[in-house]
Amino acid sequence: MKKKKPKNVFVPGAISSQFIGESIAKHQTKTSIGAHNIFLGQVRADEIDGKVITAIDYTAYEEMANQKFHEIREATFEKFDLTCMHIYHSLGIVNAGEICLFVFVSSPRRKVVFDALEFVVETIKADVPIFGKEVFEDQTHQWKQNS
Amino acid sequence: MQLTIKYFGMLAEATAITEEQLHTESCSVSQLLEKLQHQYPKLSDKDFKVAINQQLVNHNHIITTEAEVALLPPFAGG
Repeated sequence: MKKKKPKNVFVPGAISSQFIGESIAKHQTKTSIGAHNIFLGQVRADEIDGKVITAIDYTAYEEMANQKFHEIREATFEKFDLTCMHIYHSLGIVNAGEICLFVFVSSPRRKVVFDALEFVVETIKADVPIFGKEVFEDQTHQWKQNS
Repeated sequence: MQLTIKYFGMLAEATAITEEQLHTESCSVSQLLEKLQHQYPKLSDKDFKVAINQQLVNHNHIITTEAEVALLPPFAGG
């Protein structure tokens, strides 16, 4: 197993559209890229038993989660011809309508990025130990579970 | 041997702690869980996975050395 230290994927709070925009701009120098694909996970204001979710409070087993993200990166580069990929996930409170997950994959050709992005997002949802407390408007809560 | 037990999400809420140290003889994961469920009855009806030193393990896995044991409720990333 490689001993390369995993990157920290987590950012405090919501991921801003400015951050996402700057991330796209940074790739203008990488001119072998012909296609980007981006996934943005947004917190939904679901209504459950008459109460509306106003935010998700994210926590994680950070060391294991970063290790899992690292493994997902390695597996994705192995499987797909990507030039680069970036993953950011929120920790702490993210309000409904704000972005909690940002996945960005780039390749010379478009077909690859469609498949790669789906693989990355689905694997994150299934394998990474992140937990979400769905907070209602009256400050009660329930625990989110990926389906 | 000494184990560090970590609780996350709804399990931290059920036990009212996020981490504790536990001295125990070598034991299986299910034996350890029995002990923890006895100490924290609210854990009994919860669905969770167990990771030892950040690797998911089965309940018949035997813990023989000092380790970090994490109780992980359903994942909710994204």
